[in-house]
Amino acid sequence: MLEIMEGSHAVAEAVGYCRPQVIAAYPITPQTHIVEALADMAANCKIDAEYITVESEFSALSACLGASAAGSRVYSATTSQGLALMFEVCFNCAGMRLPVVMSIVNRALGAPLSIWNDQQDSISLRDSGWLQLYAEDNQEATDLHYLAYRVAEDHRILLPAFVCFDGFILSHTYEPVDMLTQEQVDGFLPPFRPYQKLDAADPISFGLFASPDYYMEFRYAIDQAMNRARTVIPEAGKVFSEMFGRDYSGLVEEYRLDDADCAIVAMGSICGTVKDAIDDMRNEGKKVGLLKLRAFRPFPVNEVQKALKGVSTVAVLDKNISLGSKGAVALEVRDALYGTQIPVHDFIIALGGRDVRKKDIAAVVAHAEAGKGDTYYGLREEVLK
Amino acid sequence: MAIGLGCTARPGKSRDNRTGSWRVFRPEFTAEKCTKCGMCKIICPEGCIGEDEEGLPVPDYDYCKGCGLCAEECSSEAIEMKKEEK
Repeated sequence: MLEIMEGSHAVAEAVGYCRPQVIAAYPITPQTHIVEALADMAANCKIDAEYITVESEFSALSACLGASAAGSRVYSATTSQGLALMFEVCFNCAGMRLPVVMSIVNRALGAPLSIWNDQQDSISLRDSGWLQLYAEDNQEATDLHYLAYRVAEDHRILLPAFVCFDGFILSHTYEPVDMLTQEQVDGFLPPFRPYQKLDAADPISFGLFASPDYYMEFRYAIDQAMNRARTVIPEAGKVFSEMFGRDYSGLVEEYRLDDADCAIVAMGSICGTVKDAIDDMRNEGKKVGLLKLRAFRPFPVNEVQKALKGVSTVAVLDKNISLGSKGAVALEVRDALYGTQIPVHDFIIALGGRDVRKKDIAAVVAHAEAGKGDTYYGLREEVLK
Repeated sequence: MAIGLGCTARPGKSRDNRTGSWRVFRPEFTAEKCTKCGMCKIICPEGCIGEDEEGLPVPDYDYCKGCGLCAEECSSEAIEMKKEEK
């Protein structure tokens, strides 16, 4: 049934239907509404979850790590500085192969302090071994949580997962959301079946010491699981689309890309604006299309190669910057297209919440087609003097 | 060490892993000089110094890493670190 819901509340309700047994989180803008709603649901016995109040994000994810190792389905949510404080625990969750699912309400990192959206926070954790899925709208943000649990807990994967969606732009925006029922979610997401767990009657230790003779093999094992996720995510997405009619069977999604000369590559809510801008440009006779990345980890190399095969120009919108290098998405797209002659132009855009309008997308396309890429889009002129 | 998923292990790994093989210098105890003060036993970070019926220290060379703390702290100089040939 379609309901008009705030993004955060839609996500909280969806998470509730996933039947998490332990939730530990620390409030931080713009994520607070999610865990506030879940705390309410737990206090009012609408969900059967242990809600652990903690004194920091480091403790929040540590509590989730322990609870997951003890065999519980767990949930947390954070953003920006909070995610930065979880850095160490993020790597531990992946190394211990614990399928924690966490919402990342994307926000810029300080300094300077900014509560507004870009994707620097989750992108900065790209090497931590967490699956990373990005949502374009609130419908996708809710649905990706069901998908994330199913994939993360799959015994072929056993990796933690970020479900990323843009702070304020999605989290605080009211949109129509087709909310599944508890029965429907139960039909898609089976109860958590731990691969191994902490049990006093059958003791085991997680995440032990590995000497140089063994460490590398553990990293390799995570990487292999990531590679398997390239087929497990679409597999789960296909089941979802067969059951509920919304198609998440691709790690990427194409929009009017078939005959496009110029392809825009982007992730997250900006894709909605890009689609509208493309419609306008198409009306003017410009053949522009969008390749939306739903998964950033694992990076969909083959899908990117296939989708961009016939285009003459690629413009990547990066809501992040690997300082001293380029935007993280453009680097990977360029790597995927290595050996082809297709030029990939990188545009650092919308950092710290700067608004992106349809005319900005048109301007980016014009820059890319003129061969002027690898730049920040829309910088104040005084810094260029 | 077996490669278990998530780097997990059953209990007993530190017993199975005989860290005495790391040792370069081996503490040797001279019973005649020992006052049975027990400091070597207390100070040993591996807890691998026990004692016999007379109260004299007995090192467990399976786990002694040869750190030398016992020899450093022994006030009667009853412990000497000797280069070990393997």
